[in-house]
Amino acid sequence: MSAMVDSYGLLEITAPRELNLKVLNFLYDNPTLQFQFLTDLTGVHYPSKKGNELAVVYHLHSLKENLRVRFKVFAPLEQPEVYTATGLFSAANWMERETYDFFGILFLGHPNLKRILNVEQMDYFPLRKEFPLEDQTRIDKDDEMFGRGGTLKQID
Amino acid sequence: MTRLYMSEQHIKLPEGSIEKVTSTLNLGPTHPATHGVMQNILELTGERIVSADQTIGYIHRAFEKIAERRPLAQITTLTDRLNYCSSPLNNMGWHMTCEKLLGVQTPKRVDYLRVIMMELARIADHLICNSIMGVDAGAYTGFLYVMQFRELIYEIYEEVCGARLTTNMGRIGGFERNFTDQAFQKLEKFLAEYPRALKEFENMFQRNRIFMDRTMGVGGISAERALNYGFTGPNLRAAGVDYDVRVHSPYASYQDFNFTIPVGTTGDCYDRWLVREQEMWQSLSILEQAYQKIQSFKGTEAEIYHADIPAYYLPEKKEVYTKMEALIFHFKIIMGETDIPVGEVYHSVEAGNGELGFYLVSDGGRSPYRLHFRRPCFIYYQSFEELVKGSMLSDAIMTMSSLNLIAGEMDA
Repeated sequence: MSAMVDSYGLLEITAPRELNLKVLNFLYDNPTLQFQFLTDLTGVHYPSKKGNELAVVYHLHSLKENLRVRFKVFAPLEQPEVYTATGLFSAANWMERETYDFFGILFLGHPNLKRILNVEQMDYFPLRKEFPLEDQTRIDKDDEMFGRGGTLKQID
Repeated sequence: MTRLYMSEQHIKLPEGSIEKVTSTLNLGPTHPATHGVMQNILELTGERIVSADQTIGYIHRAFEKIAERRPLAQITTLTDRLNYCSSPLNNMGWHMTCEKLLGVQTPKRVDYLRVIMMELARIADHLICNSIMGVDAGAYTGFLYVMQFRELIYEIYEEVCGARLTTNMGRIGGFERNFTDQAFQKLEKFLAEYPRALKEFENMFQRNRIFMDRTMGVGGISAERALNYGFTGPNLRAAGVDYDVRVHSPYASYQDFNFTIPVGTTGDCYDRWLVREQEMWQSLSILEQAYQKIQSFKGTEAEIYHADIPAYYLPEKKEVYTKMEALIFHFKIIMGETDIPVGEVYHSVEAGNGELGFYLVSDGGRSPYRLHFRRPCFIYYQSFEELVKGSMLSDAIMTMSSLNLIAGEMDA
């Protein structure tokens, strides 16, 4: 486990992914901390960090002390599994579904881990970095409607 | 007898039964009462709701992915389309996130101008939500009447940025131009005319027997459950938690203003309506204070409408034509070739629906490495089943409109 304060004054904690629930539980239950509000949960994909490609980022808020903290765990691409936080926070349900939907991170123990914003037939995880956005200058695509490259037919 | 259902997955048979005893109702995706594209698959016995299954994502536009290619200034247009009832709030939130990343200090006058626009947007947002609640309860008149006053707000937007709905207002560091005299005149007109209309609107609904019967005790939630569900904004405050980002992590000099956070007790539709109503009064008070503060700036101070950050704030056109540096910055900003600092920021603002957060990860390129929007709507909509379970179908409609669900914000 490591903790540091980022340059914008927010405490950032990193822990091994097996411990994510333990850390969240500690932060939740500790009477002086009481990080009992899950502000945000999302994922980040770092293809260059071998073995730690996928990050799950929690933003927690202690309303009692009015403190925020960022908590990160990393998971490898081959086994993108972390424990679900739905037992602690009902809010985590859809946030984890969204993270699964876009990054393919499997939240073990989640009651209903299926896609939420994308169609269920989708077989890839679109926010991963191996799916770059289309090059805006490409000209090989014949798209008459939006005038991108191709051959625009003359209207007689 | 064989029956035809919408699809296999919508048939929910009770345990051990071969015959379906509940009826399935598809509420949405294009239902007038959803006020947006979202679907609810309700299981009903008679008119009572047994279970609700929300399906969202019908207008998902992959903003987070698109943002990974765009320079900071071009992402403002994406934020417009989150909660489109109060675009300026989202715009300002995004600008402030960028400023936090870049370490920019904005002048006080810019902060106050921002507060004016943000509070106007909050009024416009709450106005829509509260009057639409009336529409869903069967009172169309209130909605039509207060629309005139949203029009006054939109006219101020027009004067400030040229647009009405998807405003793309302001820039990193401030506003694109100083507020004109007409803008302030229109603000004065709004401040003079709106309180009376709001009072009339309140008189129409607040102690209205039909409206009270439709909303009291409907869709209630306890403070503990609301917090656990990640509620923010008026919906959380209606449950009795006085959490407001403007007070807890002040931005845009909100600490200079006097205002109270209205809270409810039961967290039901009526309390949500009351909280929004009181927040509009508070916003009016903040507007008055901000306008007074703006008027105290005299001479050259009254000309300040942006921070001095040439690398991110577009120079004036006449300087672009005459000065080399201005030309370079103009080109770099327009083409989006300015590299942003490495870092991670989370910044949030109190938007119409609650805490709108921006989690921005930068690896030092021209565009964000990753951008995540914390959309309040998306997070609290998951509580819908808990809110309506066991209640009547008509209560589900009220609950939906009182939560102020905006599909654009939900789906990003």
